[in-house]
Amino acid sequence: MFQSVIDSPRRHGVIDVRLRRTLWGVAGLASSIIAVVVAVVATEALPALRGVELPRFLNDPSWHPTNQRYNLAPMIAGTFLVAGGAVALGTLFGFLSAIFCCFYAPPRLAGLYRGVMELLAGIPSVILGLWGLTTLVPIVAAIKAPGFSVLSATLVLGLMIVPTIGLVAIASLQSVPRSLILGAEALGLPKWLTVVRIAFPAARSGLIASVVLGIGRALGETMAVMMVGGNIVQVPESLFAPVRTLAANIALEIPYAEGLHRSSLFVSGLFLTLVILVVLCIAEWLGPEPIHD
Amino acid sequence: MIRAISFPFRKGRSFLALSVMALLSVAASAHAAETIVLTGSSTVAPLMAEIGKRFEETHPNLRIDVQTGGSSRGVRDARAGLADIGMVSRPLTDSERDLTAFTLAYDGVAFILHKSNPVKTLTRQQIIDIFTGKVRDWSEIGPGRGTIVVENKAEGRSTLELFLTHFDIKSSDVKAAVVVGDNQEAIKVIAGNPLAIGYVSIGSAVTEAGLGVPIKPLPMDGVEATIDAVKQKRFPLVRELNLVVRKQPEGVVKEFIAYAQSDQVTDLVKDLYYVPVGH
Amino acid sequence: MIERSRFRFDGHLLLVWAAPLTITAIFVWIVGGVLLHGLDQLSWSYLVEAPRRAGRQGGIGPILVSTLLIVSVCLAVAIPLALGAALLLAEFVPRRSTGARIVRLSLDVLAGVPSIVFGLFGSAFFCSLLGLRFSILSGGLTLACMILPVLIRTIEQSLRGVPNAYRMGAAALGLTRTRAIVTVLLPVAAPGVLVGVLLGVGRAVAETAALIFTSGYVDRMPSSVLDSGRALSVHIFDLSLNVPGGDAAAYRASIVLLLLLMLINGGMLCIHSLLKRVMGISAQI
Repeated sequence: MFQSVIDSPRRHGVIDVRLRRTLWGVAGLASSIIAVVVAVVATEALPALRGVELPRFLNDPSWHPTNQRYNLAPMIAGTFLVAGGAVALGTLFGFLSAIFCCFYAPPRLAGLYRGVMELLAGIPSVILGLWGLTTLVPIVAAIKAPGFSVLSATLVLGLMIVPTIGLVAIASLQSVPRSLILGAEALGLPKWLTVVRIAFPAARSGLIASVVLGIGRALGETMAVMMVGGNIVQVPESLFAPVRTLAANIALEIPYAEGLHRSSLFVSGLFLTLVILVVLCIAEWLGPEPIHD
Repeated sequence: MIRAISFPFRKGRSFLALSVMALLSVAASAHAAETIVLTGSSTVAPLMAEIGKRFEETHPNLRIDVQTGGSSRGVRDARAGLADIGMVSRPLTDSERDLTAFTLAYDGVAFILHKSNPVKTLTRQQIIDIFTGKVRDWSEIGPGRGTIVVENKAEGRSTLELFLTHFDIKSSDVKAAVVVGDNQEAIKVIAGNPLAIGYVSIGSAVTEAGLGVPIKPLPMDGVEATIDAVKQKRFPLVRELNLVVRKQPEGVVKEFIAYAQSDQVTDLVKDLYYVPVGH
Repeated sequence: MIERSRFRFDGHLLLVWAAPLTITAIFVWIVGGVLLHGLDQLSWSYLVEAPRRAGRQGGIGPILVSTLLIVSVCLAVAIPLALGAALLLAEFVPRRSTGARIVRLSLDVLAGVPSIVFGLFGSAFFCSLLGLRFSILSGGLTLACMILPVLIRTIEQSLRGVPNAYRMGAAALGLTRTRAIVTVLLPVAAPGVLVGVLLGVGRAVAETAALIFTSGYVDRMPSSVLDSGRALSVHIFDLSLNVPGGDAAAYRASIVLLLLLMLINGGMLCIHSLLKRVMGISAQI
């Protein structure tokens, strides 16, 4: 019976090496996608990179590409502001959701709530954007006009990444060995402390992964932010001031942009990628342990 | 046993081979029918898709594929030969004289306010002052008060160009509170904000107002914002919706462009609230 | 001491219930709004008929078919790739080796690329360079690139969650690593893999910006994956932001999209529990 499962040790090596090679090939393919994306974007950005001196993308008087002004700085700031706020919100609510599902809710309710998050993850950004536009923005506007603001964009974006962070966090909390949790309970540790001191450290790498995925989603989201952010090119002075992110800038202007204008939009795409790369590298370099744990 | 273990790889390989073969065979068959490809302005795309469907009914071996991507894509694709016909929601510029345009329909652009806004009409100077930030509160205009929420269109949009040219304003002088891209989005913004002002396509403004959306189009230079006013060429702000081609069209493309400009599709043009060329 | 921790416990209890309640309330708010506006005109014929009057009348039959095809292409390409890359990262290379770091870093950067840039990339690479033009295949491949980071990250994490005892047990039984992966690790990690796939499907069904430029706008019934086909989310986008008087139809299509998503997610859960029964290994550790 067992004979059929066991292979000779010599065979082991051959089979596993073959698998390993295949997997490296697959992983190489997957990680080369970003190179192709950057190459495509860079090709399109080339005319603007040649025709406009690089510092001008940060210190031109304004962003009016049809009048040869190419300052991207306010949009970089806006991107960070909105994505940062959204990730903070999304992490808070995502983690709390995961704790709820794994430790507090009755199993049926936990399953139901997971279903809600799975559906939320699949609601198109247009629908979320429309909800923001017709419901959230007027509410914010009642506090302070015009309603299209950093706050609205952050809230909608935060809502979008709750399922990403929450579902991945649930999966990683569930993989914490049951014995650890039971042991803590047997020691009389309050539930909350069990979660924070035992489960969280044990699931650490999965939780970090969930936040990294959330960050990616937050930086890359286009449509919903474009619909509620207001899209004014400025460094927002308050939570209630309109904001334009780099992604929204591209989506908003690319359909009607020509020549250098179009090309400079690709420069902003390149900038965004560069910014993400730098942030990830800094996180990896500064962190006590590598972020890719 | 080893066979079984290496099975996934074999399967992977044969799957790849199979899919490549499938692709090739389908690619071959896809060229059986003649296809006209249109790309460009999202304003024109729904209209051309409907016109295309009707044209296909009388041309069984022809397929008309309509894709969006904006006016600039229409120009680029028509130039590069990636599309047979480009769709452009504005007149061609001087640098685009290498292309030929065929006007399909007209579309008026009107200013709209929230229905609850008591303002009935705005002069040319008042509009300029509002959009350049010289007037910031409705109380400076007349009835009503509150900070004016100025809604502008994104850089490069044809309605923005039309607006800037008509009022002789520089893009960088416009002080807006919100910038939007699409026409229907612009309407939704105004509908959700009692203090807002914006400019949109007349046809959709009138239609949406008729459907109960709380917006109202403003008259311009004393002319009511109606589709009839655009039709009679009385309304001052009008843009062309164009089909563009690189060289003089021939054969079925020529036939299709003529069809799109003809009486046979007037009902389709009207159904999207534009004004047909011939009328 | 005990008193204090009990007090703290109650405060946390409030917080832990408040978060999911808030999210659920907002979800009900959004979905309720959609249902309220679109439910009255939903019928079977709507699901099978072709759209008329730029989607304001008729049905969404061809659009549903295109959407399913796009998602299928996307998953068929993305899942094997993701499984492979995740297996490598979790089982075959040290966590902090340079190779593993480069792979992870490039995937994390990919995760932050805006969907609109994916659209432009897909249009330039798949449609033009590879000559696939506007097609369901182009759209599915572009989406596959988009959801890869989520898939790989979640699958890798779930593989890491499998206790080492399982690997050692498999090795002690004389299994090759290949066989251990197929028969032991993957079944145990299946719930995590499922989460990744569900997130990926959600992202794929919801995506608009990347699809307008790749799978396109044509709302005819596709005859192959090389035809252009309009995705449901693109249809909703067009009706709500581009077609005058399209709001009611946009809400109607949104309901179908939610139903479709529930159907796909339900299907995945069924497959999962079926696999669990066949494999006989429970996820509960």
